[in-house]
Amino acid sequence: MSIRINITVNGVKYNHLVEPRLLLVTYLRDVLRLTGTHVGCDTSSCGACTIHVNGKATKSCTLLAVQADGCEVTTIEGLMLNGELHPLQEGFKECHGLQCGFCTPGMIMTAADLLQHNANPTEEEIRHALEGNFCRCTGYHNIVKSVQFAANKMKTQVAVSGGQ
Amino acid sequence: MSTNGLIGKSVKRVEDKRFITGKGNYTDDIILPQQTYACFVRSIYAHARIISVDVSEAKGMPGVVAVFTGADLAEINGVPCGWQVNFKNGDTMKEPKHPLLVADKTRHVGDAIVVVIAETREQATDAAEAVNVEYEELPCVTDAFKAVQPGAPLVHDDVANNICFDWTLGNPIGEVNDAMSKAAHITSLEYVNQRMVPNAIEPRSYNSSYDAATEKYTLYTSSQNPHLIRLLMCAFVLGIPEHKVRVVSPDVGGGFGSKIFHYTEEALLTWCTKKIGRPVKWTAERSESFVTDAHGRDHVTHAEMGFDSAGKILALRIKTYANLGGYLSTFGSCVPTYLHGTLLQGLYTTPKINIDLTAVFTHTTPVDAYRGAGRPEATYLLERLIDLAALEMNMDPAELRFKNFIPPFDGVNQPGYQTQVALQYDSGNYEGVLQKGLEMLNYADVRKAQKEAANNGKLIGVGFSTYVEACGIAPSAVVGALGCRAGLFEVGQVRVQPTGKVSVFTGAHSHGQGHETTFAQVVADKLGIGLDDVEIIHGDSDSVAFGMGTYGSRSLAVGGSAIVKSIEKIIEKGKKIAAHKLEAGADDIEFASGRFTVKGTDKSIGFGEIALTAYVPHVYPKDLEPGLDFSSFYDPANFTYPFGCHIAVVEVDKETGKVTLKRFIAVDDVGNVINPMIVEGQIHGGVVQGIGQALFEGAEYDEQGQLTNASYMDYCMPRADDFPMFETGRQVTPCPHNPLGVKGAGEAGTIGSAPAIVNAVIDALWSGGHKVKDIRMPLTPERVWKAMTTS
Repeated sequence: MSIRINITVNGVKYNHLVEPRLLLVTYLRDVLRLTGTHVGCDTSSCGACTIHVNGKATKSCTLLAVQADGCEVTTIEGLMLNGELHPLQEGFKECHGLQCGFCTPGMIMTAADLLQHNANPTEEEIRHALEGNFCRCTGYHNIVKSVQFAANKMKTQVAVSGGQ
Repeated sequence: MSTNGLIGKSVKRVEDKRFITGKGNYTDDIILPQQTYACFVRSIYAHARIISVDVSEAKGMPGVVAVFTGADLAEINGVPCGWQVNFKNGDTMKEPKHPLLVADKTRHVGDAIVVVIAETREQATDAAEAVNVEYEELPCVTDAFKAVQPGAPLVHDDVANNICFDWTLGNPIGEVNDAMSKAAHITSLEYVNQRMVPNAIEPRSYNSSYDAATEKYTLYTSSQNPHLIRLLMCAFVLGIPEHKVRVVSPDVGGGFGSKIFHYTEEALLTWCTKKIGRPVKWTAERSESFVTDAHGRDHVTHAEMGFDSAGKILALRIKTYANLGGYLSTFGSCVPTYLHGTLLQGLYTTPKINIDLTAVFTHTTPVDAYRGAGRPEATYLLERLIDLAALEMNMDPAELRFKNFIPPFDGVNQPGYQTQVALQYDSGNYEGVLQKGLEMLNYADVRKAQKEAANNGKLIGVGFSTYVEACGIAPSAVVGALGCRAGLFEVGQVRVQPTGKVSVFTGAHSHGQGHETTFAQVVADKLGIGLDDVEIIHGDSDSVAFGMGTYGSRSLAVGGSAIVKSIEKIIEKGKKIAAHKLEAGADDIEFASGRFTVKGTDKSIGFGEIALTAYVPHVYPKDLEPGLDFSSFYDPANFTYPFGCHIAVVEVDKETGKVTLKRFIAVDDVGNVINPMIVEGQIHGGVVQGIGQALFEGAEYDEQGQLTNASYMDYCMPRADDFPMFETGRQVTPCPHNPLGVKGAGEAGTIGSAPAIVNAVIDALWSGGHKVKDIRMPLTPERVWKAMTTS
């Protein structure tokens, strides 16, 4: 038995028949072929599959596709705005916040959620927010710096647009 | 040679854009036309006889394409071991078959018994559930020391006492015993260097296909060394012609050693794809990764270090049992021997050293190289002993090291240092890194703070670790003499396109190391062109001529050197073309900053024009071939020997035993540095893996041979909030024997860091009067608290 879902991903509306047991992450990867969202574990621990569902960071391996029916989903592929890198994407490049790149999309999506709620996080708050995302390459040092870079950049952007 | 300043610059990585925008291409991202999916039925027991395997129900399940068992593969070889170590008596090591699917007996939890192939992952999983395996559970043994005791259950019926081989290295034991008997003080330790699970965040993934029309296979594999996989799979397992197999390692999500090895699933899927005539894909679930990715470390060691009354080391004597797991993995035999025993000189002038090692099969997941591979074990042994000796002799641990360091040598004006354990170090300045570390630490202030803390009932500790390691693996003749069944050169091809753009093909493989940037920096710098004018191509056996891949911190030292050799050939040929065009002798042409110039004149010609002329050879030297494309093999003259000093400052909570890392200083000398940003990143990541071993991680087997922490819910991975910002420093002692003067930075962080942490905790406990010699890693609050309260 399949179930019909309506879902908006990165601003595009989709309508698909899916198996009830299909994970949202598998739907994104295998059906929509948005392979930037990764699977690193089977216990919702590693965070490589983190996306935004209705604006909130969510581990997409822990949600069924049918549960996302009617939802707005953003994946790493949808983070760029008008062809410009998101400040976090820029931060990760500027501060060498990635090596193999496998955890990076999830890491960026989690950090994006943090910066939506806390524009000025301390180092401790950044580390705490990223605690559910594993990185085996960077030792987290440069990831923290990347998020700090983005926070500063976003503050500057707000200040500039506020002044206009 | 010319330089435009790109070497030595922290250039931002060119590969980043695809990863930060979700456009990476990992093996599991690939879906081929007619794709099928594999799922494995794996042993639930560590040791069991397989009574029967019933696949009849599974074969009838929806979407099932094929089901294969060990019986179907009876004629197929197992996966080979790449390094032969001999017993002390000269006999060759025991090399039992490591089959693609087991038919008779399972030898660790996770041993594959059946593969089910279906239209979808879910259907394959459903059908695997329907396979009925009847087992007779047998007694098992998971600990290397217990496995060699009389009466221990045998992993392989024809391997007596489970001993794969015994082995010794260094000075004759009589000489070591004599030296030890003259010692004024002997520090001894019995400890476990626990088993680690590598845990690359991308699980292993393979996708194999066969084109019947061209009789050609393509294997996509999350491997660190695609050519090596092709060689092993074709020549040793399946007996298929190498030119009819393309192996591609696209983006790979971390390796740390665990993706070096030729795994059974790679060969099995390649065998299956021809049988069924469709592509077959398998990606490990994390729980599968835990029990099937080769593990690391797992030594049981008794070590003694003897000192004279002034603190000079007289002798080092070691007995180690190394756990190899249920089968020999690709390099399982060389890790505890030639990557561990050979490093036991450390940075010290110890005149007499002997290691006696027994390598043992157990009913556990195979053990092989994990970041550092043998060198972390050697460093842990030496650095725990020397720090403990300092405490026992009431000496300063830094002073004790200064007393025993090999004096500086650059390998040019002073010769390399010949160790007692087979190697000759290339260059080193060990005092320098410790001195720099002490300065960064403000040593006197920290000791003062420690005393004050102790007076206030707080436990602060300072731990040191100074290390030397061997990487840039490795001179083929040397490793061949030691049992390696491969050459360890590297291949680098530089193809200058007619427009002056450059494509570089390297046999090294990047799975996070940033070769696409670092190698491009080298090429662009040497040719005096822009970074954007260079592309680095790797990971595809059909485009890269050959390669040995990336491990042992070898990519730049060996792979980069091969590229430099090709660049030299390009420039030499370019000079001939330029000489012809400028009507001068080739010897009169010099090349700098991207231009060929007639010496002493202003007559010159640009690199781009020479490139075009090479492909449009209208005005061209008579005896010169057209084209500007050279390939080189580089076989290193020696290993390279990076070294460094790591210092940890910790606070131990007296009530709970919880260790908090306050500071971590890493001063690493990895020779010349092409991209400091990338090198620092490698150090950070390496350090966290070492600290992970010291404080958080470790495979835990129970009496039944079950890996009890085989998930991220149970295995404690290091997280962002476990660490402070790291303090890194650098010293540069160039490698004297490769053209870039580089040594390698991939593993240094892991090699140095773990003992610094443990030493710091022990130091903290001694500061509070708890004279504890050892706490078993990982240093969980419970273990530290117990150590404190029972001392």
